[in-house]
Amino acid sequence: MGLSILDWIVFKNPMANEYYPFGDMYNLPYEIGYKLSEIILGFVAWFLNLFVHDNLWSQWLVSDVVMNVLAIILLVVVIFGVGFIVNLTMIWEERKILGRLMDRRGTQIGPLGYFQCLGDGLKTFMKENIAPKAIDKKIYWWGLALVIGTSVLLACMVPLSGRWFIADYKVGLLILFGMFALAPFLILCAGWAQNNKFSLIGGMRAAELMISYEVPMLIILATSCLLAGAYGINDLVQFQNDHLWFVIPEIIGFFTFFVCAIAESERVPFDLSEAEAELVEGWQTEYAGMKWGLIMLADYFRGYVACAFIVLLFLGGWAMPFAGTDTWYAEIWFLFKVCAVFAAFVWARGAFPRVRTDQIINIGWRVLMPLSILNLVVVVAIKLMGWM
Amino acid sequence: MVEERMNTDKMWITMGPQHPFSHGLWTLRVHADGEIITDAEPEIGYLHRGWEKECENRTYAKIIPMADRLCYSASMTWSHVFCKVAEEALDIEVPERAQYLRVIADEICRIQSHLMWLAAVGTDLGNLTVFLWALREREFFLDLNIRLCGQRLTTNYPRIGGVRNDMPYYFERDCMRCVERFETVGLPEIMKLATDSSPFVGRMQGIKYLTAKDVANWGVTGPAMRGCGVDYDVRRDDPYDAYGEIDFEVPVLNKNNPKGGDAYDRFLVRLEEMYQSCEIIRQAFQKLQSIPKEAPSRVKVPRCIPAGTHMAKIEDPRGESIMYLVSDGTEKPWRLKVRSPIFVNVSSSKHMVDGVRIADVPAIMAMIDMCLGETDR
Repeated sequence: MGLSILDWIVFKNPMANEYYPFGDMYNLPYEIGYKLSEIILGFVAWFLNLFVHDNLWSQWLVSDVVMNVLAIILLVVVIFGVGFIVNLTMIWEERKILGRLMDRRGTQIGPLGYFQCLGDGLKTFMKENIAPKAIDKKIYWWGLALVIGTSVLLACMVPLSGRWFIADYKVGLLILFGMFALAPFLILCAGWAQNNKFSLIGGMRAAELMISYEVPMLIILATSCLLAGAYGINDLVQFQNDHLWFVIPEIIGFFTFFVCAIAESERVPFDLSEAEAELVEGWQTEYAGMKWGLIMLADYFRGYVACAFIVLLFLGGWAMPFAGTDTWYAEIWFLFKVCAVFAAFVWARGAFPRVRTDQIINIGWRVLMPLSILNLVVVVAIKLMGWM
Repeated sequence: MVEERMNTDKMWITMGPQHPFSHGLWTLRVHADGEIITDAEPEIGYLHRGWEKECENRTYAKIIPMADRLCYSASMTWSHVFCKVAEEALDIEVPERAQYLRVIADEICRIQSHLMWLAAVGTDLGNLTVFLWALREREFFLDLNIRLCGQRLTTNYPRIGGVRNDMPYYFERDCMRCVERFETVGLPEIMKLATDSSPFVGRMQGIKYLTAKDVANWGVTGPAMRGCGVDYDVRRDDPYDAYGEIDFEVPVLNKNNPKGGDAYDRFLVRLEEMYQSCEIIRQAFQKLQSIPKEAPSRVKVPRCIPAGTHMAKIEDPRGESIMYLVSDGTEKPWRLKVRSPIFVNVSSSKHMVDGVRIADVPAIMAMIDMCLGETDR
């Protein structure tokens, strides 16, 4: 190969790579990562080649294996970066809408107050990082790491479209839901480990909450899968595109799932585990400084996932009416729907007070549970009649 | 054995002094069996400033601004009760115009104090919208305070023998606009989020019934008492200033209910009181029109108060506030005792939160509307 840089930076079709990990499925973030790694590795290889002509290192750097490895790393970075920006946007969205509802201005820093959460993040970062003496160190730190870790991983695992995914799995919904439902258990552990009565009660409440709404949530999830006849997210979206968005046949399930999703992401009407009026900050009481900031961020990641669940299960995912699932704006359309659902979450937060523990168990078992079963019955009837 | 190792005892939870539910520096230690409270004890004293002792070193006129600082949201009534006890001691009659002005000022104070309470209920129950909307409405009444006496909170308006100044031009117009707007738009709008919202009501309904007998025995006064069926209001039953000439209703719930009232009843009483205050303001302005503008709003009083003991009581937004004055004939009081309604109300919190859940503590304690300034003094 020559001395010119253009000989080294050659844009190839990523799917022609020998080790392309997604089979015959096109992956946009992988392609972005692949292009970036072609530029980076090509540049390094060209630079080495200037000194030693035709060296093996340069050849190895632009080989399929190295390209693929770096592309996969960059794929994760790209997906996380987009998720992070979406997260910041949702925080901004919440604070702006809440401000509107409450007759105040909301965030003010930056254009339309968009940079306020960056400032807040910096502020939390500056705070002293205190860990109490009498904590159970292992669980304290692992609980924190896992709560944040699972939330971020979860947010990255949500596909934004048929071409924007981190891995292609046929049982996507189950994996997502399993990860999603892990948090209350981790919160229980983290609350226990802090040696603080408020955190302990907060952790216990998280467990109490879990048993009351996760069952209806899972039933509705299974119902949607039953209706589509598939566990894969792609199949579900494709089915909704071909037939009907599930919000119409499953209107009961939609509202039930909406309530459950607010509870699962621990947002205001159901944020019992961190009810600040009773429990100071609930299970997060002893997590000071940036630990708390990261928990807050993770909360919004979970809020994003809850909204994404609603969009995927009921609102047709990235399917655009009359345009199908393969539009060029599929990701934007999906994120727009997510933000719209999140606006409804914020609305609920602005309108309702926090419910009590016994009330949420009542709601969970006496209202949501029968409704979710009713929803199942309706869907089974639809299936039996062969309407969908 | 297992229980010994695991220490499954009930635990004492210290809610305060920097707990979000305790509006001010006080502590409620609750003994909790899981989430159920079996015992509680309030602890105050973080804000003790020796108020009563300080008064013994000040002349009577200098105590008025200090009385404002007893409670930041009921400053008007606290300086009023002090002026009243001094007037009792001097045995002087306040000019009629001043009496009506005091009534108007007191009722503005009551409305803004109740709005502060409503805001606090919003945060206690986890709804920040109610908080901000109530504070927004309160701002109009604080503006009226500025018009009347130049200050938002610590008003320093009543004087021994009258009020500091007559009302400014157009005050009646501004005040009536504000009150009418509040009655028709402001409060109903907040109520859409509160009384019309079943989750909001559900947080309070059925929570801790208190019987009239219990409440009377504990010495609880004010809206908390009237919500539980005790029909008593100083403004009506022992009228002071111009309250005797004004026709208004005292909202009382569960009057003949042996079960008593729950937290929601105590909530409703305060709401209705705000409407009644608007009515009182309206009538007071109508009565004021028959008194000529040139009439004095203040009389000269001597500097020293004759020796003796005197007492005055008025209806504070939070209950019955009493000042007891022992005078030795000099220009300073020998002893000035304050009976703060919240001090008595909070001492019964042990009974109020007995058997409820931790989540109900903010809902119950919000209904007595804590104000630490007057409690600790």
